[in-house]
Amino acid sequence: MEIKSHSSNKIPVSPSIDKVGVEERIARFQSRSIKNEAKKQGLNMVLSMIDLTTLEGKDTEGKVKQMCYKAMHLHDHFEGIPQVAAVCVYPSMVAIAKNALRNSSVKVASVATGFPSGQTALALKLKDTKLAVEQGADEIDMVISRGKFLTGEFAYVFDEIAAVKEACGKARLKVILETGELVTLDNVRKASDIAIYAGADFIKTSTGKIQPAATMQVTYTMLMAIRDYYDETGIMVGMKPAGGISTAKLALHNLVMVKEILGTKWLSNEWFRFGASSLANDVLMQLVKIETGVYQSNDYFSID
Amino acid sequence: MSRIEVLKTYKIFIGGQFPRTESGRYYTPLDSNGKALANICLSSRKDVRNAVVAARKAFGPWSERSAFNRGQILYRIAEMLEGRQAQFVDELMRQGSSKVAATNEVNLSIDRIVYYAGWCDKYNQVVSSVNPVSSSHFNFSSLEPMGVVGVVAEQSTSLIGLVSHILPAICGGNSTVVLASEKLPLCAVTFSEVIHSSDVPAGVINILTGSPEEMAATLASHMDVNALITSNLESQLSNKLSLLSVDNLKRKFDYEVNWVEKDKQALHYISDLQEIKTTWHPIENVGGASSSY
Repeated sequence: MEIKSHSSNKIPVSPSIDKVGVEERIARFQSRSIKNEAKKQGLNMVLSMIDLTTLEGKDTEGKVKQMCYKAMHLHDHFEGIPQVAAVCVYPSMVAIAKNALRNSSVKVASVATGFPSGQTALALKLKDTKLAVEQGADEIDMVISRGKFLTGEFAYVFDEIAAVKEACGKARLKVILETGELVTLDNVRKASDIAIYAGADFIKTSTGKIQPAATMQVTYTMLMAIRDYYDETGIMVGMKPAGGISTAKLALHNLVMVKEILGTKWLSNEWFRFGASSLANDVLMQLVKIETGVYQSNDYFSID
Repeated sequence: MSRIEVLKTYKIFIGGQFPRTESGRYYTPLDSNGKALANICLSSRKDVRNAVVAARKAFGPWSERSAFNRGQILYRIAEMLEGRQAQFVDELMRQGSSKVAATNEVNLSIDRIVYYAGWCDKYNQVVSSVNPVSSSHFNFSSLEPMGVVGVVAEQSTSLIGLVSHILPAICGGNSTVVLASEKLPLCAVTFSEVIHSSDVPAGVINILTGSPEEMAATLASHMDVNALITSNLESQLSNKLSLLSVDNLKRKFDYEVNWVEKDKQALHYISDLQEIKTTWHPIENVGGASSSY
């Protein structure tokens, strides 16, 4: 399939990344002292930013329905707990999720474009995307062609993202860079710039299938790309670290980082998300701990 | 030129690692002559929290190991302890024991480990039962480990109390978080080095030094700890711990036992920390058959 090429003069020159500097900066985010009241607010914010995710071959209708219920009722016998931002599923599960969530404000995100490897024809990727949108997906999580990226075909990657963006229509597009396969932070920055300039509404670290996933180094590099773009154009782009963030502590470190790099404007689930399957329970346990003073057990929280 | 002695840093044992306490605090217990024994970690409730997380993670795989393999690993602890006998005797003497008492305590500890190693693949057969019922069911009960066991080790001994608490718990497939004796902590730290080198999977035994007064409450109220064992605890603290244990129906034992006595090892120390699972298996009711089950 032919796609119109509009990339050649739009791919920006990316700055190189000082890895040692990044690591030092991150160490500082991790040593902030967060007092109880702020921690409570932060943890509630984390919950409201979660994309509750199930992306497995063994997913069933029942599993998706159960997860949707959890998205709306995280821990009902504790007051003031928000709902999560969205659930994230495969295209075949979108209609089921949409129906299960019909009376709530929880959004449905669908992965598309041959997730997780993206090794399929562009025509199929576009069809995959359109199908998910037709089924009612509010958000599309696409994967970039890492193979093309690593062989230097940046224009191809750019055009592909632009084409998928067009196919999304009103749905918001999250672009998964799969940073675990990009190897260097310089590549992460380059891929971020390509995705942003090609029209991504969100950039996302990983599929969750490859390790390492959302390390703070990678998230930091992507946040800097978002900031530079905002400084230049005034356009906000969202960020979604996904994979490997399973503790409340790590999630709070990420929030500190977002606040200090991008500012409070990004501290809402419109612009920042966590892609996670087991983060919610740890956050809930910390919230209950703060309230009761007693360390909690997974036995008393819903199954992920 | 005389050599400057290298003093040992006594650290705590969590998840198979030897970190310093998260709090950065330490205390200095004294020997019988009022001389400093060592600088010991004064652990905090956050160390307890980390230790429980490690113990919970270790519990599943440990309880699923074959009973025979658990026995082999427990026996290995005894072997490694035997090899470091002299070091333990020396530490006990520094903490005020006579040479005879110290040697006895170490030998008894080794023997007690071997005793529980032997029980690993036998206790379930001895305690399990087939129960007579009046319906068409084959009804049987067997033991399953409780989960994470909190231990406030006996405070008046350094080694034998510790061993007498930990071994029956892990023999039955539980994992443990242990608060060592506050005044006599040396052997607890050295014992964790023995565990570290004896094929015990990381997290099955976690040992913290410091003040039980401070940490035991966290252990007792922790929702992810399934049982709490102590011995010869003063009644005020013991009552407090009992109250805190109520929230998640934690099983609690305060043994009044002098662990230095040879016969203070028994099957019930294992079965105290087991849940009984009873199964009702439907069977065909054969007319005229005489069996009661």
